Amino acid sequence: MADMVKKTKEPLLHIAKRDDITGLKAWLIRIAAIAIGLLLSGVISALLTGASFFEVYEIMFTGVFGRIFEGKTTMLWRFLQQTAILLCLALGVTPAFKMRFWNCGAEGQALIGGLAAMVCMMKIGNAVPYPVLLLIIVVASLAAGALWGLIPALFHAQYRTNETLFTLMMNYVATQIVAYYVVYTTAGDGSGIIKPVATGNLPVLLGEKYLLNVLVVLMLTVAVFIYLKYSKHGYEIAVVGESQNTARYVGINVKKVIIRTMVISGAVCAVAGMLMVAGTDHSINTNTIGGQGFTAIMISWLGQFNPFIMAAMSGLVTFLETGAAKVADSFFLNSSYADIVSGIVILFVVGCEFFIRYTVKFRHNKKGGNA
Amino acid sequence: MEKTPAIELKNITKTFGAKVIANKNVCLTANHGEILSILGENGSGKTTLMNMISGIYFPDEGQIFINGEEVMIASPKDAFAYKIGMIHQHFKLVDVFSATENIVLGLKEKGKFNLKAAEQKVEEICHKYGFEVDLKKKIYTMSVSEKQTVEIIKVLYRGADILILDEPTAVLTPQETQKLFAVLRRMRDDGKCIIIITHKLHEVLSLSDRVSVLRKGEYVGTVNTCETTESQLTEMMVGKKMELNIDRSEPKNMEDRLEVQHISCVNRQGATVLDDVSFTARSGEILGIAGIAGSGQRELLEAIAGLQYLTQGDIYYHNPKTGETDDLRNKTPLQIRELGVRLSFVPEDRLGMGLVGNMDIVDNMMLRSYRKGKSAFLERKKPKDLAEKIIADLEVVTPGADTPVRRLSGGNVQKVLVGREIASSPTVLMAAYPVRGLDINSSYLIYNLLNQQKEKGVAVIFVGEDLDVLLELCDRIMVIGSGRITGMVDARTATKEEIGLLMTKTASVEESAEGGSDNG
Repeated sequence: MADMVKKTKEPLLHIAKRDDITGLKAWLIRIAAIAIGLLLSGVISALLTGASFFEVYEIMFTGVFGRIFEGKTTMLWRFLQQTAILLCLALGVTPAFKMRFWNCGAEGQALIGGLAAMVCMMKIGNAVPYPVLLLIIVVASLAAGALWGLIPALFHAQYRTNETLFTLMMNYVATQIVAYYVVYTTAGDGSGIIKPVATGNLPVLLGEKYLLNVLVVLMLTVAVFIYLKYSKHGYEIAVVGESQNTARYVGINVKKVIIRTMVISGAVCAVAGMLMVAGTDHSINTNTIGGQGFTAIMISWLGQFNPFIMAAMSGLVTFLETGAAKVADSFFLNSSYADIVSGIVILFVVGCEFFIRYTVKFRHNKKGGNA
Repeated sequence: MEKTPAIELKNITKTFGAKVIANKNVCLTANHGEILSILGENGSGKTTLMNMISGIYFPDEGQIFINGEEVMIASPKDAFAYKIGMIHQHFKLVDVFSATENIVLGLKEKGKFNLKAAEQKVEEICHKYGFEVDLKKKIYTMSVSEKQTVEIIKVLYRGADILILDEPTAVLTPQETQKLFAVLRRMRDDGKCIIIITHKLHEVLSLSDRVSVLRKGEYVGTVNTCETTESQLTEMMVGKKMELNIDRSEPKNMEDRLEVQHISCVNRQGATVLDDVSFTARSGEILGIAGIAGSGQRELLEAIAGLQYLTQGDIYYHNPKTGETDDLRNKTPLQIRELGVRLSFVPEDRLGMGLVGNMDIVDNMMLRSYRKGKSAFLERKKPKDLAEKIIADLEVVTPGADTPVRRLSGGNVQKVLVGREIASSPTVLMAAYPVRGLDINSSYLIYNLLNQQKEKGVAVIFVGEDLDVLLELCDRIMVIGSGRITGMVDARTATKEEIGLLMTKTASVEESAEGGSDNG
């Protein structure tokens, strides 16, 4: 038996934790990971399409930004708009995530906020002066989103229901209500599509349709950053998220913090819905948010709950999704292609965190090692 | 009896990451028919070293010899093959199985499994070494000491010749410790090699034949127990001469500060964890609380801090400033603070309750004070000053005030926590196991801080596990057993045995009531 044991070798490689990595080095690893991800998806694209590596990226770039160098900014604005909406939803879920409350209901919270705006635009659009109407739209939207955040929070605080499932289910409820509303209002013409409404549209700044949306989200980004980092509420959120026992020990009312944070979370998500309905589409359908509420969960994580990194990540993901869709169009690939490309890059972004936290050590060959 | 080396370690080195050197060039020898103590402070690498012998870690460098032959131990299975058995601090038993089932679990024997024969073999082992345990009992109904016994029988059943015990007495009463030692001595006389890891000096002196000392991962030396003294061993452990005396002053100006009357509470499963507890804590004295771990100490302190719902009883606080008396029963921690009660609490679970591990020292300072002021925003200037003051005053070893506390060593984490709790100039200071896991220097620093608070007129409540320390530090010691107060003694006159008996009092009363006492 002893003979059997003696043959045992030292393992080929083992993983060791590292605590000492500098901030700069960590960021270099992350940037390198994104670069490798882009490179690899470029190579795969080139293999799939037969086009050259650079051609693929050229199509991607012009697909996203248009002919920006010739002074045409339409595509750029569309890119900024998409990034802003995605970021807004991510900003919404982040306070809840920092509290380790897994709010997967951004989609529904935004949709219900958008619906509230739509109802106001259609029902009282001509009844009240424009500034008052705008105010009502904003309040109604935020309140609807807040309610969609409040319901799961109340049940979680009171009965310890699972917040992930609850918020997910609330998405379906919101979608069904919107579907009902669309059918109900279009019953007359039977088209099933609400025609853009002219009343209660958000103002257009400097003639640029998307400028207001982008500015609102920009301000929200700074506000959420300050709220989480420098406010007493933000501190309470962090304590509750790290350890509810510690929160109780220092006298934080955990239930109150959970409820308050989810109300805020829902309201911020509703801003995205309001911007989409009152600021962009002037109409609503069940696909107005289009699944961005789920992508936002990933953005929040990728940005490590830091609003500014989240902004960069929103840009990256939007770029990959629209760019890859254009490549797919140009080469008659199906829609899975876009998922593959963004999937590869995101895999690298997430995977590199492993190398930031751990290092891999190989067996050192020396006497007695029998390697 | 001729002593032959059972296990020899030569130049063993193990590192974790680039900075943490757990063991560096450690050489030691343990013989058959001998009890060897491995002595060292927390973090000196004792457990890491033993984990390498039992196949859990693999050494970076060095050689291990068993009975004179060089071996390579890459897994716990290899360790078994060399007849090495380790009893860990945290037992590895299946709760819903009986003792025998646990003992035979995981063994691959050819043919049909014969529980009867196994039982007989286990009983023989028990008889041979004098273990007292009911083998049919399920693990979850067992006391800690019984579980430990099962663990020891388990490794013996597997034919272990070399037994390693990691801090075996940490969870035992003095009486149980004596029983364990008797068993270990019998095993030694039977020719087994026994290694115990410990940081308790008096145990080393009473039990072992030789002592090997580690300090900061390095091997310091080995001495014969009969030729050494407590102060020599301390010097080897710490690296310098140390006075191990706690300066206990006479209590002055004692006033009743906290009156606990007939409180009871139940845990989530509905079991009673505190049963009609009454006592008074007085200003200017240290009230010690002794008891087997998990007897209700944590719930008692949490009840006073407003973290446990009481089913009955009252907690009265006599405010020295206003002269008024407030009832703290079922108030939240915030309500208690708002009443002007200056209650500080160093909980047992430092990083899970007292501090937030991922936050830096400054933000942890704010936990108690962040609410001050009407602004919606945080004020980080004062907490930063406090953090820097604590780092300087208590000699906290940290790269800076902006280091997350989970990166600090256990002793430094505790300094941060105790420092913060004392900074709010409390009138009542409760500390649960404040020196657990701390090195000797830090421990005495904490004892001194508690004594200073006592001299300032604070009512100090100290939950401890080391009876020697309780007897040296406290003025009165209250003993708690199964959620009930079983006695209150004067720490200046009481003995360890007296307290040990009180610790098990309720348990033994219940056992004899059932007629199944085997304590003789």
